[in-house]
Amino acid sequence: MEFILDYLLTLILFTPILVAVVVALLPSEEVKLQRWVAFLGSLIPLALSIILWVAFDPNEPGFQFQEQYVWYPPINSSYHVGVDGISLTMVVLTTFLTPLAILASYNIKDRVKAYMFFFLMLEMGMLGVFLSLDLLVFFLFWELGLVPMYFLINQWGSETGEREIWGRKIKARTYASFKFMIYTMAGSLGLLLATQLIGVVAGTFDMPVLFEEMGNLEGTLMGFPASTVKTVAFWAFVIAFAIKVPVWPFHTWLPDAHTEAPTAGSMILAGVLLKLGAYGFLRLVLPLYPAESKFYAGALAFLATMAIIFGALASYGQRDFKRLVAYSSVNHMGFVILGIAAAAFAINSDSATLALNGAVLQMFNHGLSAAGMFFLVGVIYERTHTRDLDEYGGLFPLIPVYGGILIFVSMASLGLPSMGGFISEFLVVRGAWPIFTLFTILSMIGLFFTGAYILKGIKQVLHGPLNERWKGHLSEINVREAFIITPLMVLMLLIGVWPSVLLDVINRAVMMFYSLY
Amino acid sequence: MPFPILSAIIFTPIITGLLILLIPGERKTEIRVTALAASFIALALSTWVYFSYNTDIGGYQFMEKYDWFPQLGISYFVGVDGMSTPLMVLTGIVMFTGVLISWGIDDRPREFFAFLFILASGVFGVFAALDLFGLIFFYEIAVFPMYLLIAIWGWKVTREYAAMKLTLYLFIGSVIALVGILAMYFSSDLGTFNMLELENANFSPEFQKFWFPFVFFGFAVLGGIFPFHNWSPDGHVAAPTAVSMFHAGVLMKLGAFAALRVGIMLLPEGARFHLPWIIILTLVNVVYGAFIAMVQSDFKYVIGFSSVSHMGLVLMGFATLNGDGMLGAGVQMFSHGIMTALFFAVVGVIYDRAHTREIPKLGGFARLMPLVAVAFVVGGLVSMGMPGFSGFVAEFPIFMGLWRYQPWIAIVASISIVITASYIIRVIGRVFFGKMPEEFVGHFGDATVLDKVALVLLSAILIVVGVYPTVMVTMVESGVENIMRLLGGA
Repeated sequence: MEFILDYLLTLILFTPILVAVVVALLPSEEVKLQRWVAFLGSLIPLALSIILWVAFDPNEPGFQFQEQYVWYPPINSSYHVGVDGISLTMVVLTTFLTPLAILASYNIKDRVKAYMFFFLMLEMGMLGVFLSLDLLVFFLFWELGLVPMYFLINQWGSETGEREIWGRKIKARTYASFKFMIYTMAGSLGLLLATQLIGVVAGTFDMPVLFEEMGNLEGTLMGFPASTVKTVAFWAFVIAFAIKVPVWPFHTWLPDAHTEAPTAGSMILAGVLLKLGAYGFLRLVLPLYPAESKFYAGALAFLATMAIIFGALASYGQRDFKRLVAYSSVNHMGFVILGIAAAAFAINSDSATLALNGAVLQMFNHGLSAAGMFFLVGVIYERTHTRDLDEYGGLFPLIPVYGGILIFVSMASLGLPSMGGFISEFLVVRGAWPIFTLFTILSMIGLFFTGAYILKGIKQVLHGPLNERWKGHLSEINVREAFIITPLMVLMLLIGVWPSVLLDVINRAVMMFYSLY
Repeated sequence: MPFPILSAIIFTPIITGLLILLIPGERKTEIRVTALAASFIALALSTWVYFSYNTDIGGYQFMEKYDWFPQLGISYFVGVDGMSTPLMVLTGIVMFTGVLISWGIDDRPREFFAFLFILASGVFGVFAALDLFGLIFFYEIAVFPMYLLIAIWGWKVTREYAAMKLTLYLFIGSVIALVGILAMYFSSDLGTFNMLELENANFSPEFQKFWFPFVFFGFAVLGGIFPFHNWSPDGHVAAPTAVSMFHAGVLMKLGAFAALRVGIMLLPEGARFHLPWIIILTLVNVVYGAFIAMVQSDFKYVIGFSSVSHMGLVLMGFATLNGDGMLGAGVQMFSHGIMTALFFAVVGVIYDRAHTREIPKLGGFARLMPLVAVAFVVGGLVSMGMPGFSGFVAEFPIFMGLWRYQPWIAIVASISIVITASYIIRVIGRVFFGKMPEEFVGHFGDATVLDKVALVLLSAILIVVGVYPTVMVTMVESGVENIMRLLGGA
């Protein structure tokens, strides 16, 4: 136990890759064994992060469970990990969703071993981003997560669909994975260059040190005024994170990637991967560039409002069920960014703290509801082999349990009071109102469209005249699937009725972390 | 007297090469086993040198010195520092894996391995040489067998042309460098070719400015510097697999290393004067090389031009003339050597089966040979500078050096990262995934065990250096300190 507590974060971070290696060494024919090893193995990081949650002291300022070892001595980079309330929430979300997503992948029959390997590697990449306190190591994990996601979409994505590119017809999943890879790599190119720039001017990549020293950089750096250098680095960070979130107008990779990814891939993509971008804003952009963030907060709030409105409208316009859910992510993540923008403008005011609380909680809630929605789309797709909303219709009497669950999760996504989404969106709106009143009003109008597309989805699938071709061909949700969705639903409800279970931790973390800078 | 380990490394290959010639040509298995044993010895000894090199002390270690032509101030003088030790190991690894990959060569393996091993001795010699005459001597030994290896065992379509082009380019380059070296010898008044003494010769700035381009470009031709790079892709493509591995993996480093050791370290003032414009040439290497690689349809040409692009990064790191850039360049030489050896090994494995390298005609190899696909993906990730792999460990400090030196060059050079990613993804997608063409299905099996051993070894090294950079960077850093001392003192 002593050992576990001393190296807790390292254990959480590297257990997934160890399990992945074990899975890779299993004989190829033992598909069942591979699935179960992957699933049970992914429960270890979950158990460890529950220990972390219990042992974590919300009242202690700064990062806890820190570990630091020299990694790349000549350029002063170290393997430095630690958690505060913000990253803790995200770590728990990641380790919680991954086993569910692996369980949802039991229908994968093609090259299960490689699939599970990539999935667990993806988990390590995401956890590394949330845990690392060294800018270079942060970047390392940030990029490392791309590789497995690329292969998951490219190899196990949807079989159907074609896209034309440069006059040549290629599979839609090839197109989507390539777009995802090049888009995010181009975005992180700026992050890479800015990381190098910071390494050169500050001589270290250690985040706690950088938080303190970035403010003191003045005069000229390499022949340019310090403020110019910082503004350039600020935009490089913002663009990289904005692509990942994604903030309108950098979101176009998202609908393609989501639609083509396998169900579990979409669950993780929407549930955790999008949070990496928002986490980047919270962890790096706000403390490293407080002045620039404040100066450009209005622009960011504008983009967030556009994401909320256009995301909802685009979602309403879709015929493809999965694309509808994909655009809803743009819409919901817009609230996270709105909260961050408001906080950036008036950091350390009461409203800013409320907005940040809302943003972090919204990240968690959207992780639950988006993963749930994508999973439910996957369930119906597996039975009908279509995602076209016009081909469903009136399915409620055929599959009442599924219908009930779909309505429940949709309502959570919509932000119905008593569900988690309501609390977080309310906090964001309440925090942002005094700071960006106009944008907040527009965003709340956007919420109206959110209701519209959610109801459209429910109506097209469950209500209306029954499409006769499904009669007798549609089976009810099975035990494994119910087992996946139940924990998600329980958490959605729990956070809705008793938000302080999470908000206590988040609120203290937000107040302590940002008061320092 | 301690065991002369560097001499043992240098002469093991050439002696084995000569011994192999004594084995009757039809006893192919014995020839191969002898070759493998010798390359293993060279690898083991160079690895031993690597791990027993003391990085706390730094400087040149394992030195050996014997008079050769004392009247002319020529001696057999060898020793390694933090820059050259990784390259010794690199040569050992490429040699060992090269023999494994060439196991299937059926046409006169005796002569093939003999020439390959003479070449290997030359390469080891250049990396260890501390005497200019010895350096040029080994340099020529390394270049000449290349002609025969390509012209005899190469790809039938272009081998004569490529072999001739390569040899002429490199020969002219080395002659120009030799002229510069002789100029140094005569004007130093020391009457010696000993590099450690020449380092302190204090050549006049005018002398250095005039002669630096001779020496630097003479060697950098072999490093593939733009606009003298176009022998290299042709040579890579025409050469047989093991020779391509040697050629791109080790020989190009020979050029870059000699340009550093003779050009920059002996003529620092000249370097300071000329490198600001030479860095523009290397920038062309990096960006233009990547774009050319993107439009190739021949698998081997893609890799060939990617080498031009990556070697540009090495020379660019040198040209920054600061510690970060040098450090990155030193690691990049090692990392690129292993990576490109891996690439050419994979191309060889596929070509041996499909008998074509046209990317549009290939496809679906991942199902047939999953391990080869994994190895290529690892190499590809190194190539695009993915963190966690050795390419990142190398490129990151190079870019930091560029930021210190000229920020705009860093920004322009970074374009190559995205371009590299796009062509690597394209090759992975087309060759390894997708549908296998009808005419291949069922015609061939997985890679051989020996191929797999070679590929696993190469990929493992790329990952180890990427995950745990300390294993290499402290070594290279100690070599960089020495270079920075010379540059600072000038």
